[in-house]
Amino acid sequence: MAALQSSTLEAMSKNQAQLLAEWSNGLENSGATRNLKEQDLKQQTSEFLHLLVRGLQNGNTQNINTPGWDEIRVFLEKLSHSRATLGQDSQQTASFIFALKGPMFALLQNHYQDSPALLAEQLWEISELLDALGMHTIRTFQKSRESVIKRQQEELLELSTPVVKLWDGVLALPMIGTLDSQRTQVVMESLLQRIVDTGSEIAIIDITGVPTVDTLVAQHLLKTVTAIRLMGADCIISGVRPQIAQTIVHLGLDLQGVVTKANLADALKLALTRLGLSVNKAG
Amino acid sequence: MERIPILQMGDFLLVTIQVDMHDQLALTLQDDLSERISRTTARGVLIDISALDMVDSFIGRMIGTISGLSSIMDAQTVLVGMQPAVAITLVELGLTLPGVKTALNVERGMQLLQDRVHQQ
Repeated sequence: MAALQSSTLEAMSKNQAQLLAEWSNGLENSGATRNLKEQDLKQQTSEFLHLLVRGLQNGNTQNINTPGWDEIRVFLEKLSHSRATLGQDSQQTASFIFALKGPMFALLQNHYQDSPALLAEQLWEISELLDALGMHTIRTFQKSRESVIKRQQEELLELSTPVVKLWDGVLALPMIGTLDSQRTQVVMESLLQRIVDTGSEIAIIDITGVPTVDTLVAQHLLKTVTAIRLMGADCIISGVRPQIAQTIVHLGLDLQGVVTKANLADALKLALTRLGLSVNKAG
Repeated sequence: MERIPILQMGDFLLVTIQVDMHDQLALTLQDDLSERISRTTARGVLIDISALDMVDSFIGRMIGTISGLSSIMDAQTVLVGMQPAVAITLVELGLTLPGVKTALNVERGMQLLQDRVHQQ
């Protein structure tokens, strides 16, 4: 495939201002500028055009992975990353590049009015190049989005498993949300570690925030209770709601050997009794 | 041959596992301990595994076996200082060690042993 003609390049750099204006218009019409500051967008578009012309001067158009395109790749990566954190979707991000196609084609059509063969060839070249850049943008956008999702998942795991100290020697773990294997693992690890660190003898697992208890959840709970017992501490399960108690009985789950209480207050009372403490009214 | 020392403290025997257990060592410990219980007529055995950070199913079963044989020979067994990772591994292996008494550290383990022996 023939390379981009230098006259195309010339036309592009000469008409940068016009390209820029039409491109910005196109962007606005396509709705890709939502939530973006006009000033930022202006800067981004002019920087991109500038980099594109520079890239065309010293890079080959066949492959955007060559060193000549380093700057523009880095620019696009930054751009798509900022778009991802702003919460834009992939279409909005990609149309940043694809909106340039219209003005670019119009420009070329104007420039090569007399030689249709050359026009087709150059159009193809530019189109291929912009597609490649667009694909690169989407790819990095996807990566940024994935990293955002991954971080949020990890934060959610950490957030949803706080181990709180209720009293000297009494730890509590209020569970919120569904229990799956991965969460049980995190919960178990953080609770056991806290038991070692604080030397607490009693751990209370409060399952008020667990929406449903099925056989799998019960198995996970039993595992945690057993691990706590192996470490040498006692475990009380509190917050068993009436529906959950019914489910457990209907499922025929065996929670024998596990101390269960209806609410956290009862569990704390039992824990204090076991520690030989009592709460009295003052005065 | 490598051995795990068994210390006597009054009525109790104290076993502290400080090295990585391998199968032969575990079997030797089992033999030595039963021998010592019968010789000293100890009332309780305290096994400290706080330095043990890896277990396999064999060691897990051995801990259960030691506890079982001690109780047959009328000595209470208390397992102390299990690391979180070890506890999780044992649970995942399905070795819940029913009947084995546990405590967080040696001090509490001793307290528990004394209480239980006094009860009898």
